[in-house]
Amino acid sequence: MAKLFSTLKKHARLCVQVAVAALTNGYLIGFVKGKIFTGKTKQLCVPGLNCYSCPGALGSCPIGSLQATLGSRDYKFAFYVVGFLMIVGALVGRFVCGWLCPFGLIQDLLYKIPFVKKLRKLPGDRWLKWIKYILLAGFVILLPLFAVDIIGQGQPWFCKYICPAGTLEGGIPLVLLNKELQAAIGWLFAWKNLLLVLLIFLSILVYRPFCRYLCPLGAIYGLFNPIAFYRYKVDKEKCTGCKACQKTCKLDIPVYQKPNSMDCIRCGACKRACPHHAISSTIEKEE
Amino acid sequence: MNWIKRKNIAALLLVVLGISFVVIGVARGENQTVLTKAINICLECIGIG
Repeated sequence: MAKLFSTLKKHARLCVQVAVAALTNGYLIGFVKGKIFTGKTKQLCVPGLNCYSCPGALGSCPIGSLQATLGSRDYKFAFYVVGFLMIVGALVGRFVCGWLCPFGLIQDLLYKIPFVKKLRKLPGDRWLKWIKYILLAGFVILLPLFAVDIIGQGQPWFCKYICPAGTLEGGIPLVLLNKELQAAIGWLFAWKNLLLVLLIFLSILVYRPFCRYLCPLGAIYGLFNPIAFYRYKVDKEKCTGCKACQKTCKLDIPVYQKPNSMDCIRCGACKRACPHHAISSTIEKEE
Repeated sequence: MNWIKRKNIAALLLVVLGISFVVIGVARGENQTVLTKAINICLECIGIG
């Protein structure tokens, strides 16, 4: 029993990720019938990136919901979804990415696959990081809001042309199980699958490429990292600047300098790696 | 310490503002827009178009 408890504690993050993914995608019959859940809980957003067209999804993806509201002819501002993102962001910031996002879990598992050479980051990492903010501003906000049809209806541009979570969690299972959808696939499905294959390959090569470079939800939560209730802090008296935190960080963040970097997904590896116990979070008691 | 407190106040204000936004959104019926989109297969999301 003690051994089991110890193992669970050691893999606490993985356990939470799996539990959240299972809970928010608990409509298992959807995977058998090739249909999606149509209950009232789908008006509620889940914190992580989880396509609402995934057969198992019980809630809504905040990024999809944001585009759906902004693209609706009835609204020009999405109070409901923006409010939800503000609440979650102000409470925990990108802790969501590290612990609660099903697509983050998928990337974590892909990175465990052995490969001849793993990269710390992609070449041009410094610039590639900005893509997610461009996608957020362009594909999630401006295009759904302003590129509208004759009746004033916009499209979910990010979901349609970019989002690999939609392809993996919704597109592939639904198309496999639904003959009508199989007949309807075309160049867009091919394009999105190409992006997905590329991302899967990159996820084996480098840690969480989608979260680092493309995820507009991570971009939003990252803005809250410096001021969220859940933050990291470095005890300057204990820190020797040995960089053990940066060496262990799979996202290559210099935690000793920037404990609340907008890129930090709060995985906690730096806290465990610090030989001087200089890194702690705001919910922990100071030693 | 003051800086930490100030950050917590900012986070608290954002949570309060967020709750207000959610209430306004529900009053405007935005949750129904989300529900309508979410209970129908989103053809754009799955790559059909």
